[in-house]
Amino acid sequence: MKNGTNPEADRDQKICLSFNVEGGNFLSAGEASIRLKHTLQHIGYPASLIRRVAVAAYEAEMNIIIHADSGVLKAEVTPEAVTIWAEDKGPGIEDIGLAMQEGYSTAPNYIREMGFGAGMGLPNIKRCADIFEIETHVGIGTKIRIVIFNKQKTN
Amino acid sequence: MEKYCSIFLDETRCTGCTNCIKRCPTEAIRVREGKAKIFPELCINCSECVRICPNRAPVPQADSKEILSNYRYKIALPDPAIFAQFKTKYTPHQILAAIAAVGFDGVYEVARAADEVSVAIREFIADHKEEGPWISSSCPAVVHLIQLRFPTLTEQILPILSPVEIAARRAKEEAALQANIPRQEIGCFYLTPCPAQVAAIRSPYFLEKSNVDGALAISSLYSELRVKLAKLEKQEESPVKATSLGLAWGRIGGQTKAVQADNFLTLDGVFNLLELLEEIELDRFNNNVDFLECQNCQGGCVGGIFTAENPFVARVTLRRMTNKLPAKFEPGHEERIRQYYREGFYNAEKKVEPYCIMSLDQDISKAIYMVEQSEKILKHLPGLDCGACGSPTCRTLAEDIVRGLASETDCMFILREKVQSLAEQMLSLALKVPPVTVVQRQIMKTQQEVLELAKRIPPPLARREPKKED
Repeated sequence: MKNGTNPEADRDQKICLSFNVEGGNFLSAGEASIRLKHTLQHIGYPASLIRRVAVAAYEAEMNIIIHADSGVLKAEVTPEAVTIWAEDKGPGIEDIGLAMQEGYSTAPNYIREMGFGAGMGLPNIKRCADIFEIETHVGIGTKIRIVIFNKQKTN
Repeated sequence: MEKYCSIFLDETRCTGCTNCIKRCPTEAIRVREGKAKIFPELCINCSECVRICPNRAPVPQADSKEILSNYRYKIALPDPAIFAQFKTKYTPHQILAAIAAVGFDGVYEVARAADEVSVAIREFIADHKEEGPWISSSCPAVVHLIQLRFPTLTEQILPILSPVEIAARRAKEEAALQANIPRQEIGCFYLTPCPAQVAAIRSPYFLEKSNVDGALAISSLYSELRVKLAKLEKQEESPVKATSLGLAWGRIGGQTKAVQADNFLTLDGVFNLLELLEEIELDRFNNNVDFLECQNCQGGCVGGIFTAENPFVARVTLRRMTNKLPAKFEPGHEERIRQYYREGFYNAEKKVEPYCIMSLDQDISKAIYMVEQSEKILKHLPGLDCGACGSPTCRTLAEDIVRGLASETDCMFILREKVQSLAEQMLSLALKVPPVTVVQRQIMKTQQEVLELAKRIPPPLARREPKKED
């Protein structure tokens, strides 16, 4: 916390959560998303928003696990919106247009045999998100940003 | 609607041992002033605390037999699980006769209603396949768990009334017609395997008011039933009208069998449920399943806390018993049930709403602030989840602190750190000797020893970094 910050004045602030995600570790799949979901439940967001955030975060987390070497899932939570960043060091996406198509997948066979990599990840995220941005560099990694607004906020 | 909690904590038996707080799947218990306290709004009546408590302090509640005297005509609604309580020594027909002999004017098998409900569920799923997977709704603990922890899944709960509600309706219809008694003088009493059903009758989730007038624990009638069964004449029996499928509802998998679902999943045990529902909520569960049979107790209703027989033995008994009953309806019966289904006879009258009580505060900004504070507090806590503070985990203690229900020094490790730093301060003051006094070497030595003791860290904390302010 910065020096001299008054917590009361900071009330309309935000929480930032950050989770490291390890590529290839399917056993930990969902841990970060579930933690984020429980935090949102404690804040008391409407159930529909929590579901959308949880599903989007889970798909983003899975993408890191399936495709990348390592990555970070970050969330910024404010009364108005939940923003998720998923940043990874990995192969990047060669053709974003194709990756956004339902059912298109570059996941190797052994991953599909585990029931993952059905090619629904990015389309699912887009369906849940109000704002969806993706930035990718082949051979370096991928960054996505997802914003989901809290439409029920009364003010 | 007031949420009813059917587990009562007997403080005279409670030793404050913290076994229950760590077992509770919804973190609904805290130990305060040496006694466990159940938060009724968080309790789903799953009975886990009853099972784990070494002192039998949590007491599951049901009605006492005296309630029967309020009604002129008393009908017992025995749960299918009751037939599994006496090994295979007695036939289901004899057991029914014994139930009647315990003090009822009539008996209406819940299994018979389960037969009807099975058909209704089958029809409903066929009509609403696309919106699945549908989660079975007959176990009230499952429904409460979803309302509390998985609010987005409340829409997946099958909106079909439970067999006991249908049994009560049918029993009253039948008695009013056959015995010619006014409805208000007929009392229907569920012989229940668990306290969750007691709660569901007192505060129903699908109806404004339950058709069932009371619930008696199977265990409370067990001895009496055994005596009656032993005295029963060989020929004395009352014919079972349910099919084997209705009776199978008493164990896990029975409902699925009766519903004849093609794509199903059966699941028992509340902790298994927590895991699977978490997966479903993340949309991780894409296995084309239409029907999820979920039971809070291991083994299904035969695992209920009000049963007497070991649940595994009971499952075998029930399976053997069902094998002796017909598996098919009388001709035309199924068509009649379909007709009732189309008329909405089995439909829930109201929607299951999520409970929104997990949040730390009504005001979202304030709740965010509180979550942030609790995350900060959590960083200082040892992370041992020892329960000695009276909260089940360090995380819940952090939340309790920001809610104002606990203080940081409830953590014995934090308390110890504070005492240590205080001791150091006191000693350093004590060592300051006025220049004019001669130092007594012996006292100095003792003081040094005390200081050394205060600095010792208990083994679990040995590798912990000393607390630092951000």
